[in-house]
Amino acid sequence: MVAETAPSDMVVAGSRPSASLPLRAWGARRAEALAIPLGALALGFGLFSLFLLSLGKSPAAFLDLVYRGGFGSAFALQNSLQRAAPLLFAALCVALPARLGLVVIGGEGAIVLGGLAAAAVAAPLSGAASGLGIAAMALAAFLTGALWLGAVGALRAWRGVNETIASLLMSYIAIALANHLIEGLLRDPGSLNKPSTRTIDEAFRVGPMPGLEVHWGLGVGVVACLLAWLLTERTTLGFAARIAGGNVRAAQIQGLPVGRLIAGFTALGGALAALAGFFEVAAVHGNANASLIAGYGYTGILVAFLARQNPLAIPPVAFLLGGIEASSGLIQRRLHLPDATILLLEGLLFLLVLVGETLYGRFKPFSPHLWGEKRAAASQTVP
Amino acid sequence: MSDLGLWNVLIAVIGGAIRVSTPFLFVSLGETITERSGRINLGLEGTLVFGAMSAYATAVLTGSAWAGVAVAGAAGGLFGLVHGWICRLPRVNDVALGIALMLFGSGLAFFFGKAFIQPSAPQLPAIPFGNWSDLPQIRAALQVNVLFLIGAVLSLVLWWGFRNTRTGLVVRIVGDSAEAARAMGYDVDRVRLLATGAGGVLAGIGGAYLSLYYPGSWNEGISSGQGLMAVALVVFARWNPLACFGAALLFGGAGALGPALQSVGVSQGYYLFYAAPYVLTLGVLIATSSPNHALAGAPGELGQAK
Repeated sequence: MVAETAPSDMVVAGSRPSASLPLRAWGARRAEALAIPLGALALGFGLFSLFLLSLGKSPAAFLDLVYRGGFGSAFALQNSLQRAAPLLFAALCVALPARLGLVVIGGEGAIVLGGLAAAAVAAPLSGAASGLGIAAMALAAFLTGALWLGAVGALRAWRGVNETIASLLMSYIAIALANHLIEGLLRDPGSLNKPSTRTIDEAFRVGPMPGLEVHWGLGVGVVACLLAWLLTERTTLGFAARIAGGNVRAAQIQGLPVGRLIAGFTALGGALAALAGFFEVAAVHGNANASLIAGYGYTGILVAFLARQNPLAIPPVAFLLGGIEASSGLIQRRLHLPDATILLLEGLLFLLVLVGETLYGRFKPFSPHLWGEKRAAASQTVP
Repeated sequence: MSDLGLWNVLIAVIGGAIRVSTPFLFVSLGETITERSGRINLGLEGTLVFGAMSAYATAVLTGSAWAGVAVAGAAGGLFGLVHGWICRLPRVNDVALGIALMLFGSGLAFFFGKAFIQPSAPQLPAIPFGNWSDLPQIRAALQVNVLFLIGAVLSLVLWWGFRNTRTGLVVRIVGDSAEAARAMGYDVDRVRLLATGAGGVLAGIGGAYLSLYYPGSWNEGISSGQGLMAVALVVFARWNPLACFGAALLFGGAGALGPALQSVGVSQGYYLFYAAPYVLTLGVLIATSSPNHALAGAPGELGQAK
């Protein structure tokens, strides 16, 4: 049953135009990769509008509120960017293992434990130099996330454990563990109503980026996306991962360390997700409490799939979804809709984006062959 | 005193195993049907949540708990058909689609369920098997719900049916080798569509049990991953409906540990005991997976087991 993957197929996806591939053909492929997700988004909003109409709510008012709540003012934009920051990391946590054909959905757990680890390290370092404290917190989060999801990758690689189920179970365990520690060992006795860890030193707080009201998590997240793109598209490591994702047996025959690639990519994803938790603690909340469990990990899954697992597409998609989520409160108040409205819209968009996967290569105008690409010999033998 | 406490915990865990296991049982039986046909539906978590909501809402509106069960089953079947229908499109990943349906099902349930958090619904009936005893703990533990009994019979019927009926055989052929099934003239996509639909019906009914018997109310945290654990449980049970029954009881017992300890006043490590079912599932998953060869009893077409 294992089909021979045409090598041309595997390498072409996402590679830059080369001499043998005319720029126009490359452009056609890019346009397709942009048009289909955008079409799915538009269709999703269209269907959701019909749904709202059937409930007697105005779709125009809904869209207007999404715009005003997420994008319409300087304040709204800052808010959206603030929400986009953790989504960048959470989406990378899905997109990096996806290079190897893995579906890892446990980012939420890594975020929560990362934030907790950062807060836990900050307490004994109280009074230390600002740079040292921040570095130690970030490192603690990074390592915790790497271990947490790296374990899932290792189990997949050397034990054959389904990584999707395992990572989600690990998320539930992480949340239970975090609740246990926040209400026990790490609890600040002063936090009465809402159990929290001790508030970190003011010196350890991560401030806003220059000229913005948004913390540094956004900048670091965008840089992480760029680096992830370089890793997957421009390094031998990323190339090896793509081969292993295309055909494990072929990769093993070539002597690629498939197991270590799987463990490494999932660990890196977990480490990045945990950084989101670090920024939530160091830049937003100031301590670790139940607010860390905000569902960024789950929205990150949607971001990664909407971005088609392309790290460069993650920032704009994260910004879009950050904006949609930022408008949630306004929509609840003005339209008297439940807070799950945005969750429902996201679920619908997710479904449609996946249905869109089937449309690639079906539209004539996007066909690279129309734009001068020579047909590969392999593609003619496909039955 | 501590002696009695220990007994109380044990009785509560046994009673809890019977009470808590039913949703696990229904979802894992449903997933067994789906996976035997060669597909994975991770979306059953969303189906379970929506089943719980729709059953509760129906029971509130009509005053009949059984109408709630019927509606939950129908809604679950619809979710299954959506999964099965989209999966037949080329290049759509069944695992990713399951995650999407998990979000969509939960979103839909939370959206419409908001209005039903307050009102109370009629509950499903239970049969008191513990009336011979004077101890209230034993009486409480042996209150067995009708759906649990139906689930037990169903696992027997499915176990027999997979071996001895034509339908069971066709589902197994499709799941083991799509090529062979096509060569024999069966429509593979259609069999999988129906198998996923049937799986959805059972998961929906499992959800009805959650909201209409135990815990017996509707709220947004009602499932918290039980649907997903049940999917993992199918691997543990080796796609065997009878083993699903035993596994569901084991998981139910693990799930009952937290509340049982809390009821006798153990408050230390409360959250950790709540994590017991997840840890158990993970442990079982690790123990039963295999790095090299397909698992015994695994349908050949299942991507996971390759």
